[in-house]
Amino acid sequence: MTDSTQAGRRPDPDAPRSPAEETSSGTGQVREAAAGSADAGGGESGGSGRPPWLRRPRIDADWIRRNGVFVALALLILVNVAITPNFVSEGTLRLQLIQVAPVLIVALGMALVIGTQGIDLSVGAVMALAAALIPLYIGYGAAVAILIALLAGCITGAVAGSLIARVGVQPIVATLGLMVAGRGVANLIGGEIKSIREPGIVMLGSGNVFGIPYVVLIAAVVSLVVWFAVRRTLYGRRLVAIGGNQRAAELAGLPVKRVLVTTYVVCGLLAALAGVLLAARSQASDPTRLGLLIELSAITAVVIGGTPLSGGQVRVAGTIAGALLMQLITATLIFHNIPDSTAQVVQAVIVIAAVYVQLGRRRSGRPGRSGRKASP
Amino acid sequence: MTGSVAPTAPPAGQGVPSTGARLARVAQRQGALVILVVAVLAATFAFDSFGTRGNLTNIGLQASFLAVVALGMTFVIMTGGIDLSVGSVFALGGVLAAWGAQYGTWAALLVPLLVCGAIGLAQGLIIARGGLPPFIVTLAGLLFARGVLLLISDEGATTYKVPVESAFRTLSQGSLLGIGFPIWLVVIAFVLGGIVLHRTSYGATVLAIGGQEDAADLMGLPVVRTKIIAYVTSGLLAGFGGMLMASYTSSGVTVLGVGMELEAIAAVVLGGTLLTGGAGTVLGTLVGVLLLQVIMNVINQVGSLNSNWQAVVSGTILLVVVTLQQWLAKVQRR
Repeated sequence: MTDSTQAGRRPDPDAPRSPAEETSSGTGQVREAAAGSADAGGGESGGSGRPPWLRRPRIDADWIRRNGVFVALALLILVNVAITPNFVSEGTLRLQLIQVAPVLIVALGMALVIGTQGIDLSVGAVMALAAALIPLYIGYGAAVAILIALLAGCITGAVAGSLIARVGVQPIVATLGLMVAGRGVANLIGGEIKSIREPGIVMLGSGNVFGIPYVVLIAAVVSLVVWFAVRRTLYGRRLVAIGGNQRAAELAGLPVKRVLVTTYVVCGLLAALAGVLLAARSQASDPTRLGLLIELSAITAVVIGGTPLSGGQVRVAGTIAGALLMQLITATLIFHNIPDSTAQVVQAVIVIAAVYVQLGRRRSGRPGRSGRKASP
Repeated sequence: MTGSVAPTAPPAGQGVPSTGARLARVAQRQGALVILVVAVLAATFAFDSFGTRGNLTNIGLQASFLAVVALGMTFVIMTGGIDLSVGSVFALGGVLAAWGAQYGTWAALLVPLLVCGAIGLAQGLIIARGGLPPFIVTLAGLLFARGVLLLISDEGATTYKVPVESAFRTLSQGSLLGIGFPIWLVVIAFVLGGIVLHRTSYGATVLAIGGQEDAADLMGLPVVRTKIIAYVTSGLLAGFGGMLMASYTSSGVTVLGVGMELEAIAAVVLGGTLLTGGAGTVLGTLVGVLLLQVIMNVINQVGSLNSNWQAVVSGTILLVVVTLQQWLAKVQRR
């Protein structure tokens, strides 16, 4: 199916629209993004001439705006190669990828939800809930325990989706309630920290296949599946259309409620998966601390990756790069023994700067052009 | 001050609302109050210790810190924004107050207000002038305030103590007519907040922006200034809440305030303020705060219940209330 529909609202109406500008290739600067950056809804020229990844991108302000996260990531990698000892080593790379995997999986689910103009604050609580369920059911074997944990994520997502799509509660409120209640339930059933020694779970957390850790492999597979779903399936088209203009999508006869519920279920499922992986990696479930504040990291990764909070676009490659960038910033500060306090201030400045750059030229004197409420 | 419903435009194509719609509207706005009254009555009969004066003033004291923060949040949410930074700013205000108390009472009072007001001002400028989404800006503000807090407390290792002889302690520990100062301060703050929101042109502008920002802008209302003032107010009040807490505990505890922004949002939503902005009451927010505090107190009274039930019950009540609000809004439209 061609990408000819302009389903997505561009965040910046000033953006030029000529096909040559529409290229959105990450120019292969980023390993994971070599698949080509998914910019669903942003529109792509109808395949005139050479495919987008062979066209030379015109590097101008607009290109930077749309691909700033890749530029920043490439720069940070180069800086680290230059100044950090032992940065270029298999061990470092492996550790960074293992560290980023759970956040990335959560961020991909979050990207879908944000694409529908929603937001999901409950992901951290869902992670804790999923992890807390594993020790309870580990007696039936690892597979059953993991399935039950994933199912819990789906159920939470279904509750959130139903409240939002069918009752009409705002996403931020519905998921806030679930976040508070979910964390409480996780603490009730999980109690204190429990260690998980089941061989299957241990292998999932620390095993390798062809030298690649399972955790990283799963994150890569999830990335591909989400990218494919957004770019190449009917579901992805509908999601983007609903995010762009829900009323119009309803009038056009799209199954808005079903797509919304599905999206929150997927987000819950991915959060539960991330919770399982984290619990497997640490071989323990700690319902109080697991996934704490991860919703903020995930939202940040999605937003600096170029997905607007106003919905109508999902940038999968950008989200991956955003998660990697946040991880690498944290890692860089740790490599050089910069204290936590400075790290948080730096992160705050980067988030503001990234969003500011993406908004492009400010239309001064027109308040309200921010064009969106805090609660989508 | 009255609990008058903020004037919102009736839906198009509708004249005088029917009695049913009017009842639904009152229920939608005051649902939390109904639940609160029922909960308090039930708890009074169920537990001997609940209705005692000591326990009730204790609830009031405990609620006062969140109430102050939620008041600022109410203003921001009514403009259609959100302020996620209040928890960190609350903690920062507390630490700054405890640190300032070594240099005298005035320092303890002024330093937190100046710094927290400045953070609110910066956020307001970026949101209103720069047009960035409030969610993201205040998320960055959350990180920033937490970072500054860690900086001044040596990565959270130092806990500043308020000197024993400091007059700053009386701010929260003193009492008048047997009722603690914080409760009086909250009453004064909410009366003022109610007057500003429901009886001044500034409040009308806040509601207009929340209702339809572009329209308010086209009408020539001072949109940018109003929004900036709302975020400054939120920052100041969050800092003030932290200051009260520092005075109450006589120290600047660095770990407080985590998740407080969500409690404040929950209180505002429970109070019937719409998160889209443009409608709601200050009194509702107070009711929402008290409801959350009563739930906590009741769970503690039950003794056999694990304190995690508090989160479960609070979250569930929040979801039930917003579901009811939606349903009642549908009734109104019929």
